[in-house]
Amino acid sequence: MAEAAAHHESPIPYMVQPHPVTGIPNGKFGIWLFLASEVMLFGALFSSYVLIRTGAPHWPPEGGLTSEIVNVPLGTLNTAVLITSSITMVLSWASCKMGSLPRFKLWMAATIGLASVFLVIKYFEYKHKFDLGHFPSHDNFYAIYFTLTGLHGLHIIGGIIVNTFLLTAGSKMWTTDPEHFTNRVENAGLYWHFVDLVWIFLFPSLYLL
Amino acid sequence: MAETTHSHSESPEEFKKHLGKYYAVFVALICLTAITVGVSYLKLESRGLAIAIALVIASVKAGLVAAVFMHLIDEKKVIYAVLILTALFFLLVLGLPSLTVYEHGPAFQGQ
Repeated sequence: MAEAAAHHESPIPYMVQPHPVTGIPNGKFGIWLFLASEVMLFGALFSSYVLIRTGAPHWPPEGGLTSEIVNVPLGTLNTAVLITSSITMVLSWASCKMGSLPRFKLWMAATIGLASVFLVIKYFEYKHKFDLGHFPSHDNFYAIYFTLTGLHGLHIIGGIIVNTFLLTAGSKMWTTDPEHFTNRVENAGLYWHFVDLVWIFLFPSLYLL
Repeated sequence: MAETTHSHSESPEEFKKHLGKYYAVFVALICLTAITVGVSYLKLESRGLAIAIALVIASVKAGLVAAVFMHLIDEKKVIYAVLILTALFFLLVLGLPSLTVYEHGPAFQGQ
């Protein structure tokens, strides 16, 4: 504790200064380890998708093409929305690095807004499928479609919660420890870009191929 | 690794120089998305080729996000070490279905 206090005021050591062993702050190392576990989570589901798809006599099982049973324009729009939210996230962190809290708040609010737009579009996509009676139990395509996009959607909700905290109550840290706060924004950004990265693979896999 | 480009020592004015690359990557990602969707509308006869093109473009997009937005292009060794290990296990998991399909292939064809 005494050593931590010597570096900064945080009760957890090396949240601002790089750890002497890893060369990066502990929070950043932690988020990367978490993302590594996330790669395996989505990797296992992608692997399941490959297994189900290659084992099927026809894909999608009910016939036709994947692009005929999902809404490609809405999926494309959602991809653009998520990519845009990634750059607004980078700009919110960059605003912290450049010492501007108001700009951080502007870009972070934009990120949360875009994430919400993504979920609203997804809601309409899901609703259309449910209206047609296409639930996860309909066939293997819908099972893997809802599992992968549903898990991804949960990650979007998680990102919205963390980002909303940073935008509101969490931003009080800016006045007491701006460097620590900037690191928190960077870590939230790493998570958010990962969520974007997963969608970059989900979109062609589930909508176009 | 050298100190990252977004190090503590950088002044706000110096940091501003990095913004251009973020905008460039954003434009590239939007363009690549348009190309992916455009190619899918061509309805290529070879499904294998269509899958290959889409996955290559997705990999380029993922690479841009990871390299620039997540700063992997200029990171510490410990993160590269974690990611190399992750990539190996990821490939292992992705490869598992090929073993399963090989062993049970006839079953899927109703034999």
